[in-house]
Amino acid sequence: MEKNSKSRSEEPSDVIGEVTGGEYKYGFVTDVETDVIPVGLSEEVVRLISRKKEEPQWLLDFRLKAYRHWLTLTPPKWGHLRMPDIDFQAISYYAAPGKKKVPGSLDEIDPEIRETFDKLGIPLEEQKHLSGMAVDAVMDSVSVKTTHREALAEKGIIFCSISEAVKDYPDLVKKYLGSVVSYKDNFYAALNSAVFSDGSFVYIPKGVRCPMELSTYFRINASGTGQFERTLIVADDDSYVSYLEGCTAPMRDENQLHAAIVEIVVEDRAEVKYSTVQNWYAGDAQGRGGVYNLVTKRGLCRGDYSKLSWTQVETGSAITWKYPSCVLAGRGATGEFYSVAVTRNYQQADTGTKMIHLAPDTRSTIVSKGISAGHSENSYRGLVKVTPAAEGARNYTQCDSLLLGSECGAHTFPYIDVMNPTAIVEHEATTSKISEDQLFYCNQRGIPTEEAVGLIVNGYAKEVMNKLPMEFAVEAQKLLQITLEGSVG
Amino acid sequence: MSALNQYIDLYRSVGERMDANSAPVLNALREDALKRLLESGRLPERSDEGFEKTSIEEMFAPDYGLNPDRLPIQADIASTFRCDVPNLSTLLALVVNDRFVPSATLLKNLPEGVTVSSLRDAALRNPALVGEYYGKIAGTASPGVALNTLFCQDGVFIHVAPGVCVEKPIQLVNIFSARFPFMAPRRVLLVAGDGARVSVLKCDHSQSASTPYLSSEVVEIFAGAGAEVGWYDLEESTESTSRYCQMFVRQLAGSRVEACAATLSNGNTRNEFYIDVAGERCHTQLSGMAIGSGRQHVDNYSQLRHASEHGTSRQLFKYVLDGEATGAFEGCIEVCHGARFTEAYQTNRNILASAGARMHAKPQLLIYNDDVKCSHGATTGQLDNKALFYMRTRGIPMAEARKMLMQAFLVDVIDTIGLEQLRDRLRHMVDRRFAGEQVSCRNCPTRDCQQ
Repeated sequence: MEKNSKSRSEEPSDVIGEVTGGEYKYGFVTDVETDVIPVGLSEEVVRLISRKKEEPQWLLDFRLKAYRHWLTLTPPKWGHLRMPDIDFQAISYYAAPGKKKVPGSLDEIDPEIRETFDKLGIPLEEQKHLSGMAVDAVMDSVSVKTTHREALAEKGIIFCSISEAVKDYPDLVKKYLGSVVSYKDNFYAALNSAVFSDGSFVYIPKGVRCPMELSTYFRINASGTGQFERTLIVADDDSYVSYLEGCTAPMRDENQLHAAIVEIVVEDRAEVKYSTVQNWYAGDAQGRGGVYNLVTKRGLCRGDYSKLSWTQVETGSAITWKYPSCVLAGRGATGEFYSVAVTRNYQQADTGTKMIHLAPDTRSTIVSKGISAGHSENSYRGLVKVTPAAEGARNYTQCDSLLLGSECGAHTFPYIDVMNPTAIVEHEATTSKISEDQLFYCNQRGIPTEEAVGLIVNGYAKEVMNKLPMEFAVEAQKLLQITLEGSVG
Repeated sequence: MSALNQYIDLYRSVGERMDANSAPVLNALREDALKRLLESGRLPERSDEGFEKTSIEEMFAPDYGLNPDRLPIQADIASTFRCDVPNLSTLLALVVNDRFVPSATLLKNLPEGVTVSSLRDAALRNPALVGEYYGKIAGTASPGVALNTLFCQDGVFIHVAPGVCVEKPIQLVNIFSARFPFMAPRRVLLVAGDGARVSVLKCDHSQSASTPYLSSEVVEIFAGAGAEVGWYDLEESTESTSRYCQMFVRQLAGSRVEACAATLSNGNTRNEFYIDVAGERCHTQLSGMAIGSGRQHVDNYSQLRHASEHGTSRQLFKYVLDGEATGAFEGCIEVCHGARFTEAYQTNRNILASAGARMHAKPQLLIYNDDVKCSHGATTGQLDNKALFYMRTRGIPMAEARKMLMQAFLVDVIDTIGLEQLRDRLRHMVDRRFAGEQVSCRNCPTRDCQQ
């Protein structure tokens, strides 16, 4: 019997060994005139970025404070990642495509850029818009176009690039910038605060339900640069917004740095749904090149009965280091985290969430599904903290790992701190490979092994995929299939 | 200044006297240990990964006395010593502070092929045998082990020859007996040859409830191919006792190891379990329970490494915390490349019975192989209100109902223990502990034992 089971398990592993790699569709480079500042980071560079963006003094001061603090920090080493030391002086901190000012109408956008976004499936022409979705397209360091602004403005919703927001709504930006993720938070947050270039700003006024999905599409194009965008979302009392984020980058042999910050403030009874489909270039089959995705994302559920939901599908990046978190400070606030992280070849991911329960009756749910193939390393790292004031707090965590191949690794590092006896905190984790029985069942019904694996993986990830908005769910499902193509038996 | 420096200074002044009162095999590792300690510069603190809730620096910071000259300490064993496992005929040995005291019956009753002796005596009599195992799995890489190695002059040596089955459990009773703050570097070396079978019951006691004691303990267990080893560790010390116990196990092919650490009463406890499943088809059962009240602190850390195929392991840790007690659990299962067909499960469940109690759990999985079945689960919560209500509707008073639920909660840890008498007794002890009694063992067969 044992011999039998051994031989059965070895059969598919031969197929698994043939890692051919699904194609990365978005690896092209746009040949567009780019304004890149020289490499290196100094106080002068921070001032230069601020000058280029014609920023007010208070923002420059904020940047300089962050920069000076950054100088005192060292990169965090606790991740389960093999990451070479990044030479922060070898990166250019600002790259803007085209020399034109921020375009006001469609005709002003460089046709090359427009074509790029068309190719990525993000049409910037409003007549061709994806039904019910407004897009802010960010290429390298600047936002090139935000669609549907007028329609949103009618409802009082502000959706624009953060540089514009600094000029047009300085009070709002000043009030909320750095209020959730302080520049002192961590090494990469300090770096971002010093050199952040662009990103999106969203403000949903009281009682407004955003009529369409808001979306930002990030694209790194120029070589030798890093992208440091900053997103700030404020949902005032009783409002609702669903926000999507997508990202791709060209295929290059060098590693590129992406160190973003996302801050979300959720007021009384408001709800924010933040979805990410992360598809940065992941490097080739030998692990050369790819994006280092080192991101700080955090939401503050400040209002009573507020709700923040993070959904992420992580398929790209050579290294992913991100922990979208919820600080549940309002009574009855709810935090959710749904994640599918797929790694293959030599990709490494150390991702998860933090749920910090500060108020009574707060609830959080974490569902994390990791899939590792090839030589990749996939780790879940999450914190659930219940402070003494969080009477009746409730958390449920489930993190499952699926291993495809014997060379990969799947790890779980949950941190659970409970300081209140009325809290109920549950954590469950499992690790396994695709069950032979399930494969056999599919084979028996005429489904070839590769398709069967795709079927099972999709079913495995369904719980998370279901949380994505419609437009994204279809894309994400396809992405999952492409990513795993050839890497499984 | 680091707490470590006072120990290094102390060693520099008494090192020679210690060497003279120990054995060359034990002395041989001291220089290496000192080198490691000087390199690390300090003992682990809360800022170190894995020590978030227990600072070893703070634990070792107070000024404790040591006994480098091995002066005999007067101890009233009969009144201090309390172990509550009746009907359990054991092969008994005492460790008073760090001095090994065999019972009168131990030497008579030892079966052939079994050695239970002072580590120092064994190292003097048979240096080759002790040298083959001493410090071999524990090494000196961990600052805690290095410090223990630096000061260890004696300990307990248990050797079971291949194929020998020890019917009666061996019982080690650790007693702290001193009128001033005292530190005991304790050491146990257990070698079970191929196919041997042995189980050890160890209990920790403190004579005084107000004098601070510190136990620095390193346990090394070698389980040969096909060997079966049981290790049951009961702590019934006092609030002024600190304990830092590090256990290292190496399992060869087909061996079975069953270890359980029960903290019934204590002060500040940190237990570490490092289990290296080196051979194929091994089974490991590791369990632990803690009942905390007052300001007690219990921290269990386990690192179980599956390096070979067909290994199975089960871990179960349960805590009931009352008062302002704090509990911490960190457990890591590592499945190496090539360790196919591993089944490893870990469960940690905790009850916080009061507003001041705190629990920190950090279960981890590190998996480098796809043909495995691994899972971990951790829950922290309170007693089920519906169950409490049900019991009260049946006329059971609140306090009684709570006690019954807590007892029931801990039963499955007790059930993992292989010694039937110990299981029974532990149930009683848990009952009494919940009833608020100081756990004391009156019926122990060893009560009559005198030095």
